[in-house]
Amino acid sequence: MSTWLGRRDATAKLLAALLVTAAVVSTLDPVASLTVIGALLAALPLTGVSPGALLRRGWPILASAAGIFVFTVLLGSRDSPVLAHLSLGGAGLDVRENAVGYALRLLAIGLPGFVVFATIDPTDLADSLVAHLRVSPRFAIGALAALRLAPLLADEYRLIRLARRARGTRAGLFSTLFGLLVAAIRRGIRLATAMEARGFDRGGPRTIARETHFSWSDVSVIVVGLMLAAAVIVLKFART
Amino acid sequence: MQTRWRTVDIVVASIIAVAFAAVFYAWNNVWTALESSFALPWRAVIYGVWLVPAVLGPLVIRKPGAGLYTEIVAATVSALFGSAWGLTVVVSGLVQGIGGEFGFAATGYRGYRLGNALVAGGLAGLGAALFDLSVYYGDTFTAGQKWTYAAIVVVSGVVIAGAGSWALQRALSKTGVLDRFPSGRERVAV
Amino acid sequence: MLLQGASGAGKSTVLAAMAGLLAEDSGEQEGEILIDGRPAQQRRGETGIVFQDPQTQLVMSRAGDDVAFGLENRGVPRAEIWPRVDAALAAVGFPYGRDRGTAALSGGEQQRLAIAGVIALRPGLLLLDEPTANLDPEGAQLVRTAIAKALQDLDATMVLVEHRVDEALPLVDRTIVIGEDPDAVWTPAAPGSLPMPARKAPGPPGEALLTAEGLGLAHTDKTIDEVVLGGQALAVEGPNGAGKTTLALLLGGLTRPTRGRVVAAPALAGPDAARPPHRWRAARLAGRIGSVFQNPEHQFVTDTVRAELALGGASPATVDELLSRLYLDRLALANPFTLSGGEQRRLSVATALAAAPRVLVLDEPTFGQDLRTWRELVTLLADLRDEGRALVLVTHDPQFVAAIGDRRLELTR
Repeated sequence: MSTWLGRRDATAKLLAALLVTAAVVSTLDPVASLTVIGALLAALPLTGVSPGALLRRGWPILASAAGIFVFTVLLGSRDSPVLAHLSLGGAGLDVRENAVGYALRLLAIGLPGFVVFATIDPTDLADSLVAHLRVSPRFAIGALAALRLAPLLADEYRLIRLARRARGTRAGLFSTLFGLLVAAIRRGIRLATAMEARGFDRGGPRTIARETHFSWSDVSVIVVGLMLAAAVIVLKFART
Repeated sequence: MQTRWRTVDIVVASIIAVAFAAVFYAWNNVWTALESSFALPWRAVIYGVWLVPAVLGPLVIRKPGAGLYTEIVAATVSALFGSAWGLTVVVSGLVQGIGGEFGFAATGYRGYRLGNALVAGGLAGLGAALFDLSVYYGDTFTAGQKWTYAAIVVVSGVVIAGAGSWALQRALSKTGVLDRFPSGRERVAV
Repeated sequence: MLLQGASGAGKSTVLAAMAGLLAEDSGEQEGEILIDGRPAQQRRGETGIVFQDPQTQLVMSRAGDDVAFGLENRGVPRAEIWPRVDAALAAVGFPYGRDRGTAALSGGEQQRLAIAGVIALRPGLLLLDEPTANLDPEGAQLVRTAIAKALQDLDATMVLVEHRVDEALPLVDRTIVIGEDPDAVWTPAAPGSLPMPARKAPGPPGEALLTAEGLGLAHTDKTIDEVVLGGQALAVEGPNGAGKTTLALLLGGLTRPTRGRVVAAPALAGPDAARPPHRWRAARLAGRIGSVFQNPEHQFVTDTVRAELALGGASPATVDELLSRLYLDRLALANPFTLSGGEQRRLSVATALAAAPRVLVLDEPTFGQDLRTWRELVTLLADLRDEGRALVLVTHDPQFVAAIGDRRLELTR
């Protein structure tokens, strides 16, 4: 990871994002959500994620928000069956504004999550959790190793489908997914054996080859998250 | 019964979690796609899929903490793949995992039968419903709708996550892939 | 030391036992293995083992981190780790830096990385379980060079399991054969000679069954025009990355061509000849063109060997015949995934044969085979070819080509 944000400590980034998310989740106020979204977009150059990449990989978030917006605001009316399920409790907000709040809140929750993970390298995350939060190294590295196998599973899926076809059986989706799960578990077992062969479960203390710092710039990431979360809370109370 | 997790327990639980994280990615999009035709709370019928790791993990690994671990890792990795709900899924996963864990803790981590799976699925669903209702739908559902939502999620949990995971574990066991686990079968000597 | 034996004789098991890796819950055991006087389980720290499958030995996503993994487990202080990592990478001739992603490496590079990871720990006993089994000749040679160099630097004992003696002999001082059948094992031979009489086609080839017209393979501009004829064995050779597997998948009717097309003759496909093979229904495809994949495990769908063979609806008599021809009868009730690598490969060939197709496409059928099975495969395939079937053999094995290949297609990168 070569960007400034990419080099910050993973736990710090995660903590900052969690603070912001927790604050955003507590309110439906559109302005609060917009503040978060705006702050994120402004910080986008720092993260190394291009707007193109945001669209390409973040499209489920945008699609969700757009879906809510379209189907409730544009097509909804007070007596639409869709809206009947979104009936209000007497909060006094206009129906449309509530739905806009929903859509924006979804974006304000999804985007920080997306950006955070786009700037976190899984190995760094494992190291950081072990070093700072005392997560058991066996579990962190075990999960990391399994994650490394993930792209291989994509190849495996394709090969299983072809192999089933070559055997003369129709490759139904469920059957192929089941075969993939079996293959994944088998690989996992072999990987576990290889890890043990290299001394993984030896029992003694384990060092980490990569250095994990926690410097003021990492603290600054948490502080920014805290400030953004505070801004959201303030807006929430100021506007009701 | 050993309670310490072996390396193979950790790696396989993680692999199951990663595999389901990929499934979640697809399932999240199904949820979104159904937004137009199937309004809440009925859309929650498909909820059970997200709860499977919390039940399948313990059924395969058979050690304490399996439900919690597998579900949290699945949730976190799915956020990494790009979930629409960002980091809230991690907390969701925590609550769901705890629910699943209770289904097996109740019998002292010694029972792994269909009954345990169903209870675990239901409790995971309960955790999920409580979380969603307090975080997402607090202001927008009427009391009646809240009860409906919770009921649907719990039932989906029992059926898909509970019975479904149990069937899945049995099918996996038959392929012999679980032979290193207590959930596998005795191999025929050849 | 070179450890040889028929496939399934137990070579991998012995190695795993020496590495102290045999789980107590996975079978019965008798006797013991002592290393420097203590049981193998206690000597795990001084033993390093490299397995056959490059992909599932690598733990981390960056090369340097993976080599450091073993050192971290050992509790080596951070200051010492990276110099040792760099030394190990240099010792195996790893062509990239520490940050290279492991997923993007070729098989040979991955195996060298795995060896680096093991020698960084300076083991007293180095175990290698068919490290070159899944590699092309170029990669295999690089791995052997890496092993030779590693042995020079370490003062270690090495036990190498390898089928092909000729290439392994320069690395070892001694050979041990396990199992009851000494004929099943490759022995050093004069270059160019074959362990059995060659089986070339006795007569002229039959009719054209499949034609590749202007077929484009992924990364090059070149196109292939070839005809697959009945009664002929076509050997497809070339380095890794040239597209051999792609060609095998295209001829097997499993993938759609991006350029050009594959045409089946009416003699093969009857009324379906108007459609390309990749559009045929799976059951019909299997009855006409059988495919055997490089990784046998992808093709197993049932849980016993017998069920695998019976899957396509073959008669019990056919199943029994296949079981005995390929030395699988003893294993009829075993789960396919518990078979050794060589046994799995035989089984995958047998399953393709069960549907009695007229065209057979095989991707590396002789990988990791002991001599007896190798001979039996050649005989079996030659018999099929002499009956009028067409064979397409994707292979790195020059002796196999010399024994059975009637025509050669050389793909270049």
